[in-house]
Amino acid sequence: MDKLVISGSPHVHQNTSIPKLMYMVVIAMIPAMLVSFYMFGLGALRVFLISVLSCYLFEYLIQRYLIRGPITINDGSALITGILLAFNVPSSVPWWMMVVGALVAIGMGKMSFGGLGKNPFNPALVGRVFMLISFPVEMTRWPKPIVSREYFSFAGMDDKILDTVTGPTPLGKLQEEGVEGISESSGYADMVLGQMGGSMGEISAIALVIGGLYLLYRRVITWHIPVAYLGSSFALAAILWFADPTQYADPFFHLVTGGLILGVFYMATDYVSSPISAKGQIIFGVGAGVLTIIIRVFGSYPEGVSFAILLMNAATPLINNRFKPKRFGHKPAKAA
Amino acid sequence: MKTLKTFKLGGIHPQEYKIAADQPIEVLPIPKTVDIPVAQNLGAPSKVVVKKGDQVKTGQLIAKGEAFISANVHASVSGKVKKVDDVLDASGYKRPAVTIQAEGDEWEEDIDTSGEIKKEITASQQEIVDKIQEKGIVGLGGATFPSHVKLKVPEGKTAEYLIINGVECEPFLTSDHRLMVEKGEELMVGIEILKKGLGVEKVLIGIENNKPDAIKHLSEIAAQYNNIEVHALKVKYPQGGEKQLIKALLGREVPSGKLPIEVGCVVNNVGTAYAVYEAVQKNKPLIERVVTVTGKKLEKPSNLQVRIGTPVKDLIDKAGGLPGDTGKVVNGGPMMGKALTSLEAPIVKGTSGVIVFPEEEANRPPLKSCIRCGKCVAACPMGLEPLYLAQLSEKELWERAEENLIMDCIECGSCHYTCPSGRPLLDYIRVGKTNVGQMIKNRGN
Amino acid sequence: MDEVVIYAVVSMAGLGTAAAVILYFIAQKFKVIEDPRIDEVEEALPAANCGACGLAGCRAFAEAIVKNESLEDMNCPVGGNEVMEEVAGIMGLEAEQKDPLVAVVRCNGSKTNAPQKVIYDGPNTCQFAHALSAGESGCPNGCLGCGDCEESCDFDAIHMNPKTDLPEVVEENCTACNACVEACPRDIIELRPQGKKGKRTYISCVNTEKGGPAKKHCSVACIGCGKCVTACPFDAITMENNLAYIDPHKCKNCRLCVPICPTNAILEDNHPEMSEKIVEKAKENLKKQTEKKKKAAKEKDNEG
Repeated sequence: MDKLVISGSPHVHQNTSIPKLMYMVVIAMIPAMLVSFYMFGLGALRVFLISVLSCYLFEYLIQRYLIRGPITINDGSALITGILLAFNVPSSVPWWMMVVGALVAIGMGKMSFGGLGKNPFNPALVGRVFMLISFPVEMTRWPKPIVSREYFSFAGMDDKILDTVTGPTPLGKLQEEGVEGISESSGYADMVLGQMGGSMGEISAIALVIGGLYLLYRRVITWHIPVAYLGSSFALAAILWFADPTQYADPFFHLVTGGLILGVFYMATDYVSSPISAKGQIIFGVGAGVLTIIIRVFGSYPEGVSFAILLMNAATPLINNRFKPKRFGHKPAKAA
Repeated sequence: MKTLKTFKLGGIHPQEYKIAADQPIEVLPIPKTVDIPVAQNLGAPSKVVVKKGDQVKTGQLIAKGEAFISANVHASVSGKVKKVDDVLDASGYKRPAVTIQAEGDEWEEDIDTSGEIKKEITASQQEIVDKIQEKGIVGLGGATFPSHVKLKVPEGKTAEYLIINGVECEPFLTSDHRLMVEKGEELMVGIEILKKGLGVEKVLIGIENNKPDAIKHLSEIAAQYNNIEVHALKVKYPQGGEKQLIKALLGREVPSGKLPIEVGCVVNNVGTAYAVYEAVQKNKPLIERVVTVTGKKLEKPSNLQVRIGTPVKDLIDKAGGLPGDTGKVVNGGPMMGKALTSLEAPIVKGTSGVIVFPEEEANRPPLKSCIRCGKCVAACPMGLEPLYLAQLSEKELWERAEENLIMDCIECGSCHYTCPSGRPLLDYIRVGKTNVGQMIKNRGN
Repeated sequence: MDEVVIYAVVSMAGLGTAAAVILYFIAQKFKVIEDPRIDEVEEALPAANCGACGLAGCRAFAEAIVKNESLEDMNCPVGGNEVMEEVAGIMGLEAEQKDPLVAVVRCNGSKTNAPQKVIYDGPNTCQFAHALSAGESGCPNGCLGCGDCEESCDFDAIHMNPKTDLPEVVEENCTACNACVEACPRDIIELRPQGKKGKRTYISCVNTEKGGPAKKHCSVACIGCGKCVTACPFDAITMENNLAYIDPHKCKNCRLCVPICPTNAILEDNHPEMSEKIVEKAKENLKKQTEKKKKAAKEKDNEG
C-alpha cells in the first residue's frame, strides 16, 4: 500500500466498458458475416476488408490530424461501423466506392459531430445512404447468391459477367411488378436462410436473429426497440395486406426481406442515436417500423429501413425531451 | 415458485461478496482510547457536557442533543476524558469530539449488562419514546436519523405499518444479517417496543432472499407474535432505500420530497430495533454496534461488536491486518460508503461496515465519453436521467437540473455503477444537489 | 400584360404604405422613453458583461446607476477608477476613488510543500473534491488544485501551474472581478489592494488548524505562533483561529514580518530581493517590539 485512494461512492463498478459492449455486437454479427461469405465468397471478404480498414484508417487520420485529440480507434466503434457499412452494400460494389462510403460514414457521420457519443445519426447508415444516392446503379446491382461467388476476385468483378449474374431483390421485384412479381420468387425458407438477392448482411434473417438474440441475452440491447420496430412494421403490413392482398405483400414477406431484421437489431438499437428511456425507445421503434413500411409500399425506393432509421434518429432528441422515464413518487404527468 | 416481491423501477444487481456472512459476531476488545464525535447523527450537533480530566463511566452521557433533530451521545468506555477537541473524521475534516482514555470497563449502575433476554414490555408509549431519545438511538442503517423523532408521528398523519429493514442490499455487508440470525429474539422484542411506541398494529419485515437463514429464523420467532410478517424479497439494489422497500412490500410510492409517513409507513433498520431493545429493556445507550470488516484480500473477514469511537485500524487489525496491496478503505457499503483518508478515523453510530479494497480495484475505471446508452436511466430507481443531471450540473445549469428532479436522487450510485464509460455521474449529481438545494433555500428567504 | 404589372406595383405600394402607417402609430404608442444617459454610461463601460459589479451585465449596471442617480455602492472593478470617473462625468456625480484590487492566492501548498497523503480519484472540480474530503495533502483549508478558479476566469488572468498544482494570477490581466473568489470553495483567493508599484505582503495560508496538525499537512502553513503579530510596528497583523491576517490598509510594506516567520508563510509580491540587511533589521525589530509590547502589557496590568 502506498497511498489510499479517495473517491466518491460507488466503489464497485459493473465489469463493462464501451469496447466490451462493442465487441459483443461484433460477435453477434458473425453469423450474418459467415452467411455472406458463403453466398458471395471472395466478393464479400473483399468488401468487408476494404470497409473495415478504411473506417479504421479514417478514424485514425481524423483524430490524429484534424481533431488532434486522443485516439480512440480501439473502442470498437469503427469496427462496427465498418462491418455494418459492408452489410449494407451489394458484394459487387467497387473498392473506391467503399472507401468513399467509409469516409462519409466516419468523417461526416461521426467525427464531424465530435466523435463517438455525439453523432445524431448512425454513421454506417449515413455512409450507406450517401452511397445509395450518389451511386444508384452500382448500389442496386445485386449479385445472385452462390451463383455469383465464383466470378469474384479481389479486384471486383468484370462488368460484363456482373450483368449476367445479378438479379433484383424480392423488394425490388415487388416494387417493379407488384404482388404477382413475388409470388413466383423463391419460398420463405430460402429467404430466411439468405437465398435471395440483397445487401451482403441483410439476406439471412435467421443468422441476424441469432445474433440479435445473443445481444438481448447479454443485455447489450433491450427488447424495446426490436419488439416495437418488428411489431409495428408487421402490424402495418398486415393491415394493408388484409385490406387488399392482391395489391400488398403479406407481412411475413416484409419481415424477412430487405434490411428489416438487420436494421431492427443492429442499427436502430445503436446507443448513441436512439432514445434513452424505455418509453422513448418504444416510440422510436414504432416510428421506424411505420416509416419503413410506408416507404416500401408508397415510396419510390423499394427499401426503406435506412431512411426510416435515419429519420427516427433525427427525431431522437425530441423523443428524449418529450418522453421521460416513469418518475418515482410523481403522479403520471397529464398528457399535454 | 412464488415470485418474490421487489420494487419495479430501475435497480441493479451487483456481485454480492457477502464473504463474512457465516462469521459469528465477535466482541472487539476495548481500545486504548476512543474518539467520540459529538455530531454523529443527522441534524444539529450535540452539546458536550463533560470537560477535560473528568472521569466517566461506560454509558455516561457526554453530549446532549438539544435541538429537535439531534441525539444524545454517551461514553462508550470508562476512563478519563483526555480532551474535548477537534479530531479528523473519515473525510479528513476536523469535527468536535470527546477523546476518552480507557481505564477498565466500569458501567453505569443502572445499565443491565446481563445476557438475559427480557421480553415483557413494561414501559408506556411515552416512556418508550423518552427512553429512545435519552439513550441516543439513531437510525443504524446509515442515515443516522434520530429514532425518537421518527416515532413522533406528525399531526394529521397516521402510521399504519412499521417496516423493519433487514434488506442489507449493499454488497459485502453482513452485520444486519448476523444480527438477525444471532439476536432474533431480542430483535423481535425491539420491534414490539417500536410498535408500541409508534402505536401501530402491523409490522412488515423485509429481508432479501440471499439470507435464507435469517428469513427462516425470524419467521419462526415472528409466529409467536401477532401481526409481524416476514417477507422474502428478490435480491436487488437499492432495496434497502426506504422508498424502494415500501414500494416492494406494499406497492405504495412515497411522493417526491415527502417522508414515508405520507403513505402511512415508518421504516426502521434491524440494527435500530436491536438498539431500541437494549435501550428500553436494558437501559443501555447506543455505545456499541455491529460492524462488518471485510474485503476480498482480508485474511479474516469478520462481524465485530465494536464500541463507538474505536479507530478503524483496530478493526482491520482484528480481521487479520491491512493487506499489503490495499488501495482503498471504505467506511460503509461499497455503493454508498465513504472512502477513508486515514485509518485513525473513529467508528461512529452510522458505520455499518469497513471494506478494504485491493489496489487494482481502488481506482475508477477509465473515463470515456458518454455514448448515451441509457443504462443509467434503466438503472435509476427513482426514474431519473442521471446522464442529463450530471451534464446539467457540470454546466452549472441549476434551474434545469431542478426541473429534471435532481433533488429526487437518493444517491444510491446505481448510475455510476452501470456506466460503461465510467462517467462520475453521481459525483456531479451531488455537486448539483448541493447547489440546487442552496438555490431553493435562498429562494425561500 | 401591362395591366398585371401595374396592379402588382400599385398593390405592393399600397400594402407598403399601409404597413408603414400602422407601424408608425404603433411605434408612437408603445414608445419607451429611455434616458439617453443609459446608453452613454453603457458606452463608457468595458462591455465585459462579467457580472463583477453584482448585476447581470454592463447594461443592467448602467440602468441601475441612471435609475438611482447615484454611484453609491456601484463600482465596476474591471474598468477601475478611470471608467468610474467617466461614468460620474456623464451622470454629473462625484466618483469615489477606490484602490485598485488584484486577486491573491493565499495558499502555497505546492506538491513539495504539502506532500500528497492520499490519491484523489474523481472529477476535476474543486467543488466536489471539497465536499468529498480534505484533499490530497490532508489540509482541510488548502488549495485542491482542480482549477475551478481558472475555469471561472473570463480574463485569462489565473492559471494552474502544473508543477505546483497551485493557481497563479496574471496581474496585468486581473480585473478583480471576484469570479475566482466565488469559485473557490475554500475562500483561498482574496482581492487585495494592488499596492504601490504592485507591492503587497500577505499571509499565504488560510489554515485554521493548530500549529501541530497544520505543520503536518504543509511545511509552509501558518502555525499561529504570533511572531508576526508581535513584530508588526503598525499593528496591521491580527490573529484569529490560529491564523494570522495582514490588513492591507494598515500594512506599510516594511517587510519586517517576512523573514521572521518560522514557516515562511508570509509572501510578498513585487518587492526587490530580500537582503541580509532587512533580515537583520527584522530580527532586531522583533526583539524591540517584543520588549515594547511586554512593557505595554505590564503597564496595562499595573493600571488595572
